[in-house]
Amino acid sequence: MTSTTVIDKSAPTRAVKLRSMSRDRTWALRWSYFFLTLFAIFALIPPLYMLITSLKTSAEISAATNPWWVYHPTLSNYVELLTSNQFLTFFRNSALVSIFVVTITMLISVPAAFALARMRFWGSATLATGVFLTYLIPETLLFLPLFKMFVVFGDLTGIQLINKWYVLLIVYPTLTVPFCTWIMIGYFASIPKELDEAAIIDGASWFQTLTRIFIPVALPGLIAATIFAFTVSWAQFLYPLVFTTSTDQLVLPVGIITTLIKGDVFAWGQIMTGALLGAAPPLIIYAFLMDYYIAGLTAGATKG
Amino acid sequence: MVDVAVERNSAAPAPKIRKRASLRTALKRKSTAAFLMTLPLILLISLLVIYPAFYSLHLATLNKSMQRFVGLGNFQFLFTRETFWLVVEQSCIFAITAVVFKALIGFVVAHFVHNIPAKGQRKWRGMLLVPWVIPPAMSTLAWLWLFDPSYSAFNYLLAGVGVDRIPWTGETGWARFSVILVNIWVGAPFFMIMYLASLKSVPDQLYEAAAIDGANWWQRIWYVTLPMMRNIIAITTLFSLIVTFANFDIVRILTAGGPLDRTHIFATWAFRIGIEGGDIPLGASVSLFMIPILAIAAVFILRDINKRGNEA
Repeated sequence: MTSTTVIDKSAPTRAVKLRSMSRDRTWALRWSYFFLTLFAIFALIPPLYMLITSLKTSAEISAATNPWWVYHPTLSNYVELLTSNQFLTFFRNSALVSIFVVTITMLISVPAAFALARMRFWGSATLATGVFLTYLIPETLLFLPLFKMFVVFGDLTGIQLINKWYVLLIVYPTLTVPFCTWIMIGYFASIPKELDEAAIIDGASWFQTLTRIFIPVALPGLIAATIFAFTVSWAQFLYPLVFTTSTDQLVLPVGIITTLIKGDVFAWGQIMTGALLGAAPPLIIYAFLMDYYIAGLTAGATKG
Repeated sequence: MVDVAVERNSAAPAPKIRKRASLRTALKRKSTAAFLMTLPLILLISLLVIYPAFYSLHLATLNKSMQRFVGLGNFQFLFTRETFWLVVEQSCIFAITAVVFKALIGFVVAHFVHNIPAKGQRKWRGMLLVPWVIPPAMSTLAWLWLFDPSYSAFNYLLAGVGVDRIPWTGETGWARFSVILVNIWVGAPFFMIMYLASLKSVPDQLYEAAAIDGANWWQRIWYVTLPMMRNIIAITTLFSLIVTFANFDIVRILTAGGPLDRTHIFATWAFRIGIEGGDIPLGASVSLFMIPILAIAAVFILRDINKRGNEA
């Protein structure tokens, strides 16, 4: 089909066609903007409503006024949460867990991806496929055996991991490492072989090739993988819900849900403030590094 | 590995014995280095993914106190329970409906974004991807508040146009609808981004050619866009099927499986039984039922990815 149409390319009716096409195009544009606005409203309603509610007092929330409007804006919810020790503990736990997990993930996945992309050895292709398969195993399949494993481990060695925030440092990498390794393999494989051959000939060791050539050249991929690891560990909900229970060990998502929802009493102003603050770090990263974020998102399926 | 060695040998003009020997030790060192570099990865995967997966099979054959081997007893018990079949049915309805709508909405929105001038695309894409960026647990809380039985902001708007208040999370049909809606809201942007990336890779000449041949917009989509995007659509859909099928956060926070277990899916029911009910073996048996679907999806994804590799 392609070959025949290419020949037709300079058809004489082009000018006429162009005019009707441009009229079609204006209408298509108008419709596009109309529907995009609708979809954008749909996409932004929940975060906007979080913001609206977070600026209200409890009295205003339970009053029968228009819920979509703030009549008496107040920052009291923010002040209350940001001065509450409990909330700051959640925030600190979340930040610690995410930073450590990102570091661990990078330390494991970058060398592994380098080895799998460049130093072909026995079983390396199988291992690369295995890494990808691991990424497809959801956490909902593993939380029960992992829970039991940590209980047994605690009984055997006396080291209690359950209900300590650092247990998350052990389980989160299972979610981040496979994907990060996979996309780093893609980025490393796209680096021309001549580059590292030149480095080897110049007498660089494998380690130097990695740190002086591969990491600087594949920096965009590295940033994308870092962002992915951070957002996954920041957003993870099931593992902390299963593995941690006491309030000083909780991370942000679980903390907000278990402490701010007390029985049937929902402190919605505070819950929405907490949710917004919990959503803030990924959103800020996204706002500044959108292109890397999207590169990481699409890399999983487009590289490979 | 072999190519490199051969090339380097041929590059060296005179056969120097000393150089050969150092090359051999370098090669030996290389495989050791490669092994050491992948060792943490291998340990992580085998200890924390593969071992627990098999441990889960073992757990599923034990009784509640985990002291007695009961064989397939847990599965037999599950098959006699009505709730189990309800969960199977709901998981399938939930995953399939959500994925189909995510794929459709993602496709449509990607086209709209692709249609507008390139200058403005960044801004729209940025706004439309926000649902994917917010941690699902946090955004589901916002939905829970929007669906609140007494203060629902949606019901307020509906009351404005004279519609009765809707029990968003209180009644079987509506609760299922709400859960699926939130899932679509979270997941559709992912499809949008993937489709947009692949739309951009379709060469413009193909559309021009089709337009000159007299193809209308529907024919252009059917004969040009869809065939060019087939691979991405397949991979994205399968990915999403896995994630949606194994979803936990949304159902847990929005309805916690209620009303009367009518929105429970495998993950939330396994949590209810295994962690809250303290019956880890039974919970593990429930979550094992996710494997067949995941395995089928994984096989197809692998096939597609290998195909892509061969084409490139």
